[in-house]
Amino acid sequence: MRMKVISIPEYCLGCGLCEIYCAAQHDGFNGNVLKAYKTGQPDPRSSLIRSRPVSWFNTCMQCEEAPCLNACISGAIKRDRDGIIYIDENRCVQCYTCVMVCPYGHARPSSRSGRIMKCDLCRDSEGMPACVKHCPNGALKLWQGGEEQ
Amino acid sequence: MGAPLNTGFQMSTPVFKVDRDQDRCIQCGVCVSQCANEVHHMDSDGWMWVEDEKCVACQRCAVLCPTRAISITDYPVIFRDNSHWGSASLREIFRQAESGGVLLTGMGNPRPYKNYFDHMLLNASQVTNPSIDPLREPMELTTYLGNKGDLICGEEKPFLKLKVPIMFSAMSFGSVSLNVQKSLSAAARDMGTYWNTGEGGLHPDLKEFGSCAVVQVASGRFGVHPGYLDNSAAIEIKIGQGAKPGIGGHLPGEKVSEEVSLTRMIPAWSDAISPAPHHDIYSIEDLDQLIETLKVASRYSKPIAVKVAAVHNIGAIASGIVRAGADIVVIDGFRGSTGAAPMRIRDNVGIPIEIALAQVDSRLRDEGIRQQASLVAAGGIRSSADVIKAIALGADAVYIASAALVALGCHMCQMCFTGKCNWGLATTNPELSKRLNPELGLQRAKNLLAAWGHEIQEMMGGMGINAIDSLRGNRLMLRGIGLNPQELDLLGIKSVGD
Repeated sequence: MRMKVISIPEYCLGCGLCEIYCAAQHDGFNGNVLKAYKTGQPDPRSSLIRSRPVSWFNTCMQCEEAPCLNACISGAIKRDRDGIIYIDENRCVQCYTCVMVCPYGHARPSSRSGRIMKCDLCRDSEGMPACVKHCPNGALKLWQGGEEQ
Repeated sequence: MGAPLNTGFQMSTPVFKVDRDQDRCIQCGVCVSQCANEVHHMDSDGWMWVEDEKCVACQRCAVLCPTRAISITDYPVIFRDNSHWGSASLREIFRQAESGGVLLTGMGNPRPYKNYFDHMLLNASQVTNPSIDPLREPMELTTYLGNKGDLICGEEKPFLKLKVPIMFSAMSFGSVSLNVQKSLSAAARDMGTYWNTGEGGLHPDLKEFGSCAVVQVASGRFGVHPGYLDNSAAIEIKIGQGAKPGIGGHLPGEKVSEEVSLTRMIPAWSDAISPAPHHDIYSIEDLDQLIETLKVASRYSKPIAVKVAAVHNIGAIASGIVRAGADIVVIDGFRGSTGAAPMRIRDNVGIPIEIALAQVDSRLRDEGIRQQASLVAAGGIRSSADVIKAIALGADAVYIASAALVALGCHMCQMCFTGKCNWGLATTNPELSKRLNPELGLQRAKNLLAAWGHEIQEMMGGMGINAIDSLRGNRLMLRGIGLNPQELDLLGIKSVGD
């Protein structure tokens, strides 16, 4: 079943908590925002695009025919059993082909480390993706098949 | 005439202190983007700083801060101890000396007047009669509001049917955002109760919620037209409001956006001023005429409510209202809230709803006209226990507004009148009002009503009562604690132990 996070700009406050909790959920920080930002190199996988008064969270569409998956030269971009497209960092050679082919401008290199970042729907942790769980206004939803909004 | 001072100097220290724990702050800037009062700042080099004097303690930044780095406390410098000249008095004088204006405020009366709800205790069944378990046995909360007197066989009188004896009180579009009305109207529909448009008319987006709306006809007559009256469950004539008895309303022009202007049927960006009196009601006979006019206009298909503030001699006033033909009498106590009112009026005018309610119920019973109208209590209802006590004192149902707003996120900073509500409630600024997602608001409001409904059933069961009808005016279920004999007499209840 295809899943993805949907952003509802009508109710997005542009607070950026999605980015913060996204970074804290990855790289072994286990949701600890303080640790991620005070001791680590926080790398949000998705980014909040702010253009006041509108803002919107640019997350992965988890495309069925995923250009990044098809274009990856080292086989680092994979799809798991749940249909989630993720990056196997051990195989990534940072060629940035995915950055160029992503039609949504989602996959992008980290400004800190240069590695590729894309949303993996927090597949390594239980429950909802961190951004959905922590959005204070319900402006992010996890779409799990069915009718697209 | 007073004139504001042309100086940035302020005579007093800030009221609140915004503390930022630098060990925890990650310079994410959430506080900066969320504060409409512009307390928080971040320079381009990442330096964070605050302006304490602008803080209203709405807690928005503290709640959203992902690392709990922000705490808001009372500013530590206190004035020399003085039981008469408290710090609030001094600060208010400083403010008035600077502005030359009337002090405005929002929400309900915060002064430490005696709270009669907190001086009443409920009964519970023990050996001599059984209590009822609401999980195992049916428990009836359904309430009908309207004229139940002189029913002639075959005649149909208009009623409101409430599945819980709690309605959402009047909050106009303009004083609150459209998303607040969307949340509350949908919650009222889903829970089988009613919401109130306030005096700002019915926004076209909410047309489908007309069938569960009490539409208000107030002294400004904003948004009143045949379609408005037709698309409603009941019509409420608003004479007074608990937070500001005797004075009208004033929606500042800055809040009258295009949307508000269309709904209110007034020019955009012009002040919406509701006169203090209805200019067609100068006597009880005039009220009679307006009630009759509205009944005719709605072809006798809807109950007509009259809302008054609880003031001295409320018993006689309510009696007059019932005799003028009102089907529902709404009494708004002095703790009732407002979007904007002069502070002196809010804090010093009116009487407690508990006493007013007891007086009105007794008076109408004594005069044999209690069945001709339902009584709705409003003004400062904080919990299901307050609801139960109000019903036992004689109310048929209650109105809640502050509690509903708190459910949607209000933190009672009392700054509604600024239009800068950081929780997106008391504002029409689109950037702020989008902070309330009506889908979440609907769920929160529904949860509140459901939770209170369950609690009411629990308390009724404990008293051995299985229908809310049997509790209405059943003051034997109440006992006063810490009240003097006159207060007990006015409330019509016995003392604890009696």
